[in-house]
Formats: sequence, structure tokens, C-alpha cells
Amino acid sequence: MKYIDDTVVMKRMKSRLKYNSIWKMIFLIATTLALLTLVILLVRIVTQGSGYLNWDFFNNFGSRFPEKAGIKAALIGSVLLMLIIAPVSMILGVGTAIYLEEYAKKNKFTSFIQMNISNLAGVPSIVFGLLGLTIFVRMLVLGKSLLAAGFTMSLLILPVIIVASQEAIRAVPKEQREASYGMGATKWQTITRVVLPAAIPGILTGSILALSRAVGETAPLVVLGIPVILQFLPDGLLSQFTTLPLQIYDWAKRPQEAFQYVASAGIIVLMILLVIMNSIAIFIRNKFQKRY
Amino acid sequence: MVELMNKTNKQETANIKTPSQIVGESTKSVERNSVFNTKNFNLWYGDHHALKDINLDIRENEVTAIIGPSGCGKSTYIKALNRMVELVPIVKTNGEINYRGRNILEASYEVEELRTRVGMVFQKPNPFPKSIYDNIAYGPRIHGIKNKKVLDEIVEKSLRGAAIWDEVKDRLNQNAYGLSGGQQQRICIARCLAIEPDVILMDEPTSALDPISTLKVEELVQELKDNYSIIIVTHNMQQAARISDKTAFFLNGEVVEFDHTDKIFSTPKDQRTEDYISGRFG
Ligand SMILES: Nc1ncnc2c1ncn2[C@@H]1O[C@H](COP(=O)(O)OP(=O)(O)OP(=O)(O)O)[C@@H](O)[C@H]1O
Ligand SMILES: [Mg+2]
Repeated sequence: MKYIDDTVVMKRMKSRLKYNSIWKMIFLIATTLALLTLVILLVRIVTQGSGYLNWDFFNNFGSRFPEKAGIKAALIGSVLLMLIIAPVSMILGVGTAIYLEEYAKKNKFTSFIQMNISNLAGVPSIVFGLLGLTIFVRMLVLGKSLLAAGFTMSLLILPVIIVASQEAIRAVPKEQREASYGMGATKWQTITRVVLPAAIPGILTGSILALSRAVGETAPLVVLGIPVILQFLPDGLLSQFTTLPLQIYDWAKRPQEAFQYVASAGIIVLMILLVIMNSIAIFIRNKFQKRY
Repeated sequence: MVELMNKTNKQETANIKTPSQIVGESTKSVERNSVFNTKNFNLWYGDHHALKDINLDIRENEVTAIIGPSGCGKSTYIKALNRMVELVPIVKTNGEINYRGRNILEASYEVEELRTRVGMVFQKPNPFPKSIYDNIAYGPRIHGIKNKKVLDEIVEKSLRGAAIWDEVKDRLNQNAYGLSGGQQQRICIARCLAIEPDVILMDEPTSALDPISTLKVEELVQELKDNYSIIIVTHNMQQAARISDKTAFFLNGEVVEFDHTDKIFSTPKDQRTEDYISGRFG
């Protein structure tokens, strides 16, 4: 006996194909809408801002006059902040990931920690700002400094880096570790010679994406009380500073129309910075990806 | 039925020197030294009693085959011999496994030391995603050998030992993943030889290979046993008959029979062994 009746199959074929194409249309429209919004935004920002993008813009500090306003302090502040966040968050994040994946016993306590790390990744950034204000700015008396902000931002992206690193480490096949242990390698040798080389692309990609989130973040900095405008460059870890998003935010909320264009120019700079960082991430992923 | 099997075995192995013949000779001569003497060994995965009261005395410079139906504990047993089984956190053991007279289950026995003497080749070829050279040099390097000349020599000797030198000598710097499955498996054997082990454990080393690569690995095992003791798990009865001196038949976590391979295949003592090798179950 046959279970599938050919005539019924043929009768339903038309409507199945029609549904198929309807869903395809819906997905296509969704993609187009998203892309269109993006393009409009980009075009608007570039046409508004490009007029202000010149050497003076990069070389001037903030100003009350739109023609004289520049991005120097903010750009350098952002880069310096990144130089603090990158090592702090990666050393702590990758270290934690290695411990959890390779050393920690799988018990209730570690799964509790694991759950909390995943939850932390979803905590609003402003909460991290409050944490940083209490601990770094007030308790450790670091003030509204580069260091305090760097630590706060490191904490903010730490969960993301831990989770990304854990996934990269977990993706290294079990057989690779067995091969290494089977030859008498210690755990440390196996981690440094087999696990990390294979996991590094994933770890770096995740970390760079997390870093670019930190670069674009404003809320925690506002809570810490970081100034939005500054007439000098930071001269040390405990110095005051400002960042690109803060500077842009300040320009965007000023009443003079010309400042909207200055803000657009700032956005272009910020976007270029982020695109560079993401390209590095993609480059690393493609260059060092190992296939098993 | 058993007689029939034996005939085919004899025919197939007519041109290779039949190991059973060699064993026949050697039994009359000296008893070889024991490498792995397992006494009343038990192993549990959580509540699952996977190995029950194992007693096996494995001798040096012999090929010992371990056969038995799927899930009977063959892999578990050979992984216990280099304590790889401990990578599974829920494992509990008791009893004794004496390697050259010392119980490896004692807490004071360092696994790293054991595993440099007892190498392992896995079912699926698992080279590192590194160059062929770096794969072979991995073991010597972790044991502290840095001298380039010494490493070069070890790499060549190991690749020759694994009968793959001629195929790869011109591309030692290429990634080992560019090789065929059979070549990869021989690279893994070479990598294992490079730590100059005393015993080589092999868990179904040919199950992922084509007949020609399988033959090559089998011939290799024959050559290696002059210098190494080899314990090999296999699902292939002909393979066990062709290459091993002794065979252990495992069933449900127990050793049903352990004897010279020719005896196991011609006159098994246990009905279950006979049933299994004649293909009546398993
Ligand atoms: N990591 C593990 N956790 C729990 N039980 C396991 C684990 N590994 C193996 N077992 C169980 O132990 C028993 C023996 O497994 P083992 O892998 O040793 O069998 P095997 O004889 O090698 O089988 P095969 O021929 O299929 O490879 C099986 O019942 C299996 O389910
Ligand atoms: Mg197995």
C-alpha cells in the first residue's frame, strides 16, 4: 500500500509553491527596509558632515563657534581609553574563559557562575556606570579619570569577551586535546600549544567586536561624570579626558544649526574608527581560521 | 563454520608471515616480559559498571588484539591503560593496572610520565592543524627538545618508521590536513613514534580508512612489534587474525577469553567466543 497519493501531491503543489514565494517576498522586503534606512542615514550624515572634515577639525579642541570646533581631544581620548580597555578586559576575560573551560570542575557552583556571566552580558550599560562611579571613582578615589573609565568599560564588556572566548575554546575539537594529552603534554602545554592557537581567531574577533561596543558607548561615561568638552589632552592615567560619542552628543544637543553638521562630521570619524576595528576582526578571522 | 573462517584467514595471510605461526614458535621459546598486568580492574561511568573484574597480562613485543561487540568496553579498557579515561569526570576505578611492575592507578603515578611511555593512536585521524613537521615534532618539543638538528632527525626517523617518509618528505611544511585520511593516520602513528614510546595503544586505527591504507597500517603494525608492544582494538575479525599474536575477547565489560590468536580463532574454549567470531552475534 502506498501512503503518498500522487494526485493529492500534485493538487497541493501549486499552493505550496505560492506560499514559498510569498515568504521569500516578505524576507526580501524586511532586508530592503533595513538596508534603505541605513543608506538614508549614511547619506544624510556624509552630506552634512563632509564639509567640516578637514585638517583643522582634527587639530582643534572643542569651541563655542562651530567653525572652530574640533575633535582632537575626543579622538585621542577615545583611542587612549581603548588602549586601557583592550589589555584589561582581554587578560581578565580570556583568563576567566580558560579557567572555566579547562580547569574548573563542572559542578553546581561553576554553572551558577556561568549563568551569572551570561546574565551580566545583558545588564544595561548604565548600571555598569553606577558600579564604576561607586567603586573606581569614589572608593578607589580615581576620580573622573581615564583609568576609572577604562576599568568601568572593561567590566562592561568583560562578560561578552568571556562568553565569546569560552565558545571559541569549546569549539576546539576534543580529539585535538586528546592527541596532546596522549603524548604526555601537561594541561598548560596543551592550552598554549593546541587550544589557544586554534581559539585565538574566535577570541580576537569577539574581543574586537566587544571593544568597538565600548568605543561607541556613552551612558556609563555620563554617569561617571566624564566632561563632554575639553581644551587639553590627557597627560596621564589619572588625567581627565573626553571621548568621541560624548563630544558628538554635546554638539548634537546645541541649538545652533551649524553644530548639527559638526556632529555629523564627528559621527563620520567615529564610524570610520568602528569600521576599521571591525575590518581588523574580519581580517583576523579569515587569516587565522583553522579548519578541521 | 569456524573451520571455514580459518581457511579464509590462512589464504588471506598466506603471503604475509602469519603472526599465529610466529606465536606458535615463540610460545615454545622464552616467555616474554609483562608490560601491562591488569588485576581485578573495575571501572564505572557514574553508576554504569563498564569494566568488570578485568584480568589480563599483556606481554612485550607482541600485538595484542582486543575484539568484542560495540559497547563492550574495548575503548574504555585501552584508555584506562594510559589513563585517558580520566578525562571523563564521572569515571571511578578500582583494582590494579601494573605497567612494568608499577601500579599506574596509584595517586603518585604522574599521568604525563605514563603517557610518554604509552603512546596512543586514535580511531579518527587527529593531526594538529599544523605542518607535518610540527605535528611530528610536537611530542619531542613538549618534552623539551629544542635542537633543530635533533628534531630533524626525530622527524625523519618517525616518518620512516610509520612508512610515510617517501610520500611526504618534499612537503614537510605543508599542513597535515592536506593529506588523505590514510596518510593522516600514518602521520598520527609517526607522531606517536616520535615520543619513542614503549607501548602503542591503537583504538580501531583503520576503521576510517580504505582497504589499501588499511593494509599499509597493518603491515606497519607487523614491523613495529619488533620494537614496541602494541595493543589494538578492532572490529575486524580478519584483521585481528592477520596481525595479532594474542587476542582478548570482551563481552559486556568482561574478558571472556584471552589466548593466542590462533587458539582463539581455531579452538575457542568459550561458546560465546565461538559464536562471536563466527558471526552468530555481535
Ligand atoms: N563518556 C562516557 N560516559 C558514560 N558512559 C560511557 C562513556 N563512554 C563509554 N561509556 C559506556 O561504557 C560502555 C563501553 O563503552 P566503550 O566506548 O568502551 O565501548 P567499545 O567497546 O569501545 O564500543 P565500540 O566498539 O562501539 O567503540 C558503553 O556502554 C558506553 O555506553
Ligand atoms: Mg570504541
